[in-house]
Amino acid sequence: MQRYILKRLIQAVVTVLLMTIIVFLLSRLTGNPAIFLVGDYATDEDIARITEQLGLDRPLPEQYRIFLSNALKGDLGRSVTGDRKPAVEIVLSRLPASLQLAGVALLVSVLVGLPLGVVAARRKGSFLDTSARVLALLGQSVPPFWLGIILMYVFAVWLHLLPTSGFGGIRYFILPAITMSTVMVAAITRLTRSSMLDVLNLEYIKLARIKGLSERVVIWKHVLRNSLIPVVTFIGQFLPIMITGAIVIETVFSWPGIGRLAYEAAMYRDFPVLQAVVLFVTLLFVFCSLVVDILYAYLDPRIRYTN
Amino acid sequence: MGTPMLDVRDLRTYFITSHSMVKAVDGVSFHVDENETLGIVGESGCGKTVTCLSILRLIPQPTGRIIGGRILFDGEDILAMTERQVQKLRGRKISMILQDPMVSLNPVFTIGDQIGEAITTHTKAKGPSLVAKVIEALKLVRIPAPEARIRDYPHQMSGGMKQRVVGAISISCRPRLLIADEPTTSLDVTVQAQYLQLLKDIQRELNMAIIFVTHDFGIVATMCNRVAVMYAGKIVETAPVRDIFHKPAHYYTSCLLKAVPKLRTKVNTLVSIEGQPPKLDNLPDGCRFAPRCARADDRCRRDEPPLLALGDDHYVSCWHPQG
Amino acid sequence: MWRSPAVILAIAIIGTLIVVALFAPYLAPYSPKTGELENRLMPPFWQEGGSTDHILGTDTIGRDVFSRLLYGARTSLLVCVLAIVVAGSIGSLLGIASGYLGGWADTIIMRITDLAFSLPMILLALMFAILFGPSFTNIVIILSLVLWAQYARMARGETLKIRNYDFVALARIAGCSKARIMITHILPNVSSSLVVLATLQVGTVIILESSLSFLGVGLPATTPSWGIMVSQGRSYIVSAWWLCVIPGLAILFTVLSFNLFGDALNDYLNPILRIR
Repeated sequence: MQRYILKRLIQAVVTVLLMTIIVFLLSRLTGNPAIFLVGDYATDEDIARITEQLGLDRPLPEQYRIFLSNALKGDLGRSVTGDRKPAVEIVLSRLPASLQLAGVALLVSVLVGLPLGVVAARRKGSFLDTSARVLALLGQSVPPFWLGIILMYVFAVWLHLLPTSGFGGIRYFILPAITMSTVMVAAITRLTRSSMLDVLNLEYIKLARIKGLSERVVIWKHVLRNSLIPVVTFIGQFLPIMITGAIVIETVFSWPGIGRLAYEAAMYRDFPVLQAVVLFVTLLFVFCSLVVDILYAYLDPRIRYTN
Repeated sequence: MGTPMLDVRDLRTYFITSHSMVKAVDGVSFHVDENETLGIVGESGCGKTVTCLSILRLIPQPTGRIIGGRILFDGEDILAMTERQVQKLRGRKISMILQDPMVSLNPVFTIGDQIGEAITTHTKAKGPSLVAKVIEALKLVRIPAPEARIRDYPHQMSGGMKQRVVGAISISCRPRLLIADEPTTSLDVTVQAQYLQLLKDIQRELNMAIIFVTHDFGIVATMCNRVAVMYAGKIVETAPVRDIFHKPAHYYTSCLLKAVPKLRTKVNTLVSIEGQPPKLDNLPDGCRFAPRCARADDRCRRDEPPLLALGDDHYVSCWHPQG
Repeated sequence: MWRSPAVILAIAIIGTLIVVALFAPYLAPYSPKTGELENRLMPPFWQEGGSTDHILGTDTIGRDVFSRLLYGARTSLLVCVLAIVVAGSIGSLLGIASGYLGGWADTIIMRITDLAFSLPMILLALMFAILFGPSFTNIVIILSLVLWAQYARMARGETLKIRNYDFVALARIAGCSKARIMITHILPNVSSSLVVLATLQVGTVIILESSLSFLGVGLPATTPSWGIMVSQGRSYIVSAWWLCVIPGLAILFTVLSFNLFGDALNDYLNPILRIR
């Protein structure tokens, strides 16, 4: 098991490094990196300063070395807008809001989707099963940004039940979290259902019944444990989709998170901030993949031992 | 012998879908006494496995349904019990070994856990006494170094070992009846012989009765006291082992016996039975074997044959029994 | 599969969409780009103030919503098909090569695929957008970058399953080059799962493209795209609900149809035998 974790850790580090290279190359190969890094309103002094600082007149590998050593010290440049705060600082200040929203959405998705999928599988063919499948299909087909707008209109503007935007107490979480979790709930429900149906047919489940175990134990201990494996894998793979979802949803609901930060940075051509967001998100991704992989190895001992 | 331990009477298990009704088991009756081994023989698809699953009420619903009959175990009808009562029976009084060891064990739990679970379902053993019982079960099935193996996962074991673990799970609570559904079919030939010997030894030690499902007459000869021959959802002949081999009354039985080539005689052509078993959702009138039977006449094709007692516990379902 | 009414409806909708996409210029009553300001913000014909001249109303500068909807279908499907074809071709070929050739080719391609899965492609797309500006080509490239890895992984998996089959060995014995074997023998056999993957992806791609367009980093703002329509209609949701709701519904039903169809196709081509 330790070897497995070590292997994954090394892969994670390599991935992050590769991302830094990609980001670095994207910024340097556009012909005039100085403008991107200091903004459209840069003076000649600014340009000269940054050229000096980052060694923009030196060969690429040297530039990368400077870039990397700065990054490790926590310096990813400064925003080209506003107070020109350090990019890292801006990102860190907006990170908690995103993490909270994503966390809530994930929790809701699992708490709703998993039991729904289990029940749908158990009562295959029933009205409950069919409704669950229809709802899941709809959930996966609705464009999240549109759903957010509609929900906002209905509940906030028309019914005045919830706030339209902003960040504060639990009330502010409700609409964005529902929007964000819709797709996830749908996917988890469908995947849990089909995974369970597959496992229910397997021989070792028959053996569990032969032992005399009650149906409840058979389902919740034996079937579920094996059914969760593809679901966990899926959640790991789904993280990238959640990121787009996050940007869009944060934009629609004016949520002060890094998704919206990325969008604003893109709009205002604030390259250093965007670069910082990308790198942080990569770190987040890689970390989550690691956690998911370890969870996966815990759930399926075959993975641990056949590496 | 008095009342048999297991008495199956006119069992009918059908599978019903929107476009067909498959009569997998259609009026099967047999009994098993204490300590004896009953063999159930027949081609694939004849209903052997469904019969076994019916005894434990493990038929997958809603497609499968036990339509009729009675299954008396120690005088009580299993088919009339509640689900809870049947669960108490499973593993404790009646247990089962499945065919393919590669898929019979849950891949995410250790074998110690899986055997332990079987034990805790029926007894209150905990902690060290539980572990002791698990090791005892592993010793019964002759797994070497059992103390080390309890933490192993199924994928770390060979097929033969896995099948022994399945055996350990099944006998851990010392059932009175063990249903073995082709337990050696997936094993290597060399391992087969060992496994069969193991089953015999366990039977003797635990005073168990066994229902042994197989398509291999060689196994029947070594393991069984009595044999029931099944065809297309019905039992066509039941007899003590001796009589089955020396005086088969049903033509199908003798065909099955002939189909096994004997080692010492030179064989020019392999004998096989012409034709195919009937589709179980589209059965012919009369005797089900008639389309393939060389001795069939119009009566056979028209009416279902009665059950005839030939003496000495030998029964056959045929209009024209041999011998 | 052919019996379910839902699936038939889905196929009908997809068929209609394809026809619309191909013949939009002939079917649309007005140009999607120019409008008459006197007719601005007309509601759909069933509401008061609407007329059958503009059955789904007009937007803030008088453009006919219905026409824009039709052209939007064209845009979406075009982008979608192109992205899937590009991603699918490159991904599949890489996957087959990886699975069949093994060795260092496999390792390298697998590492790259792993990377593609673990990096936030969408954010890279945003960076792209700043650096190179929103354009049709760019968005196709961006979408392809997001999608290709799934094809590679699936193609590799399927290839691994069949590479040891006899017909491949026979081709090798007959002297076929590796490239030839991969294209003429392996590719046809893995293509059914790839096609299913493609149909299941269409929905995702459409939502992705419309999300990016909604944000303004997808297609240029002048293109008639459903995502852009929703974005532009958003501020008018109270006064002119049709500007925002109708394109969204269009996306919803399109994606729904493709998802339904994809699922049905998947069940049809990959039946799971449930014994008893």
